Amino acid sequence: MIVAVASGKGGTGKTTLAVNLAVSIDNAQLLDCDVEEPNAHLLLNPTITCQEEVYRLIPSVNEQLCSYCGKCAVFCQYNAILAVPGKNLVFPELCHGCGGCILTCPEKAIGEVKNKIGVIKEGFADDLRIVFGELEVGEPMAAPLIRELKKRLDRSSNAILDAPPGAGCPVIETVKGSDFCILVTEPTPFGFHDLKVIVKVLEYMNISHGVVINRVGVGDKKEVYEYCEKKDIPILLEIPYQRRIAELYSRGVPFSLEMPEWISKFQELFEDVKKMVNK
Amino acid sequence: MKQVTILSGKGGTGKTTIAAAFAVLVKKAVVADCDVDAPNLHMLLHPEILEEREFRGSKMAVIDETKCIKCGICREKCRFDAITQNLTVDPFSCEGCGVCAIVCPVNAVTLTERVSGYVYISKIRYGFMSHALLKPGEANSGKLVTAVRQNAKLLAEKEKSNLIIIDGPPGIGCPAMASVTGVDAGLVVTEPTLSGIHDLERAIQLLRHFNVRPFVCVNMYDINEDNTEKALRFCEENDVKVVGKIPFNPVVTEAMVNGKAIVEYSPKCDAAKEVAAMWRRLCSELSLEVTC
Repeated sequence: MIVAVASGKGGTGKTTLAVNLAVSIDNAQLLDCDVEEPNAHLLLNPTITCQEEVYRLIPSVNEQLCSYCGKCAVFCQYNAILAVPGKNLVFPELCHGCGGCILTCPEKAIGEVKNKIGVIKEGFADDLRIVFGELEVGEPMAAPLIRELKKRLDRSSNAILDAPPGAGCPVIETVKGSDFCILVTEPTPFGFHDLKVIVKVLEYMNISHGVVINRVGVGDKKEVYEYCEKKDIPILLEIPYQRRIAELYSRGVPFSLEMPEWISKFQELFEDVKKMVNK
Repeated sequence: MKQVTILSGKGGTGKTTIAAAFAVLVKKAVVADCDVDAPNLHMLLHPEILEEREFRGSKMAVIDETKCIKCGICREKCRFDAITQNLTVDPFSCEGCGVCAIVCPVNAVTLTERVSGYVYISKIRYGFMSHALLKPGEANSGKLVTAVRQNAKLLAEKEKSNLIIIDGPPGIGCPAMASVTGVDAGLVVTEPTLSGIHDLERAIQLLRHFNVRPFVCVNMYDINEDNTEKALRFCEENDVKVVGKIPFNPVVTEAMVNGKAIVEYSPKCDAAKEVAAMWRRLCSELSLEVTC
């Protein structure tokens, strides 16, 4: 089973939930898909067993063969290639790597070179397998790195996918293909607003989902409960607003390791999700 | 004209809280909400929309089934796995590149523009606001951020405002990059957690990459003073100026619940006072007129 953890709003506790869930259940792996700001490894301190650089292909023009006809530039939807008489310019940060310029070039003057977009690291924290990526600073596109990271998903065990905040392409790339998505929210106006945003995305993508309410006691949002009831979205777990939990997070400790009474709650949550997926 | 972007790397550290407070303190500014996937600033500044426009930032392939001969060349050539086994277009994977259209032997594929969001120009009590909303499932937030910033610039010119305050998105990818290019200063809001510090480092790297002058604010600094020390040491070693240390105060959440900026809701509380002091420090660093 593949379970993604998303939220819309940042800082609601996605990583906290993903990590505590992954350490509480058997036969699990954790994929931290927030490649812009990966944090799960900070709570797990895995021993890295494998590290791999990831590249994206970008065009490279052979000036000797180029006739400056400009067909590549006309084709490119991202304005990533510019052909002016005597000079070709490629803008790697705009290029999506579709390879269309190569296909349109009548002189066969365009080839491709590798452009590093980040690294993917794999390791173990006890028996928990963790895979995470680090996007190169200055590289705009997270989705290709997430795509590459998800190829390392081992289908023989349960996978927990920690998604980035927001609701844009990196989130879509993460949750795509998941059996279920757990949405972590907090009962504040911002948390509730962004929960509604991400629910719309999941409805559109047809991915079943449930809600975990974190920091219960902060804010005053009864609306989040009313909303979930009205929309028939199950509330899977509530985590209270406790200084101890926040403190453990700040020090990089998954709170269920210090508060073992939570382990069974995370196990139950996972069983509930399993039942919903199998229904 | 000066532009200041508030960013964080990690989400939920207090970017919007601070951006809204700055807007109130400046009294007459143009504010841009560049967190277009999950915008929140409007919930504190209550914009009155003056203008709404569709934003078409991307295209998508459409296959004409009456012409399609099911040869599958499009599926083979697509690098985004956006053509399904049944030779239909997966809208969540299609990046609108047009390769399928040029390889199709019977011209059955065309690119169509899609509305990927809406941009708004609004009036707020403290000036003007440029903002947007990405449609659910759409993926072009970087371009939409650029559109929001262009609108903010036009607004500032029209209203003779010499300052744009930008509330940035979390992360360091394309929307964050589009929010910091060409600005005069980036204020990174961090929190004293291991994740906060880790993400602060990457946000500073991003600002350096674009030659933007970085500043740092540690929010809720008293939650873990050891970690705050670590963050401050990192800033010192990297020659980054820390302009504020905001104490934890539940009143900040209370202000949010009441739809108000902290400096409006409880101007005398310690957190509001520190935000105001931070704004004055930033003004003097950036040679801006002090308004509070």
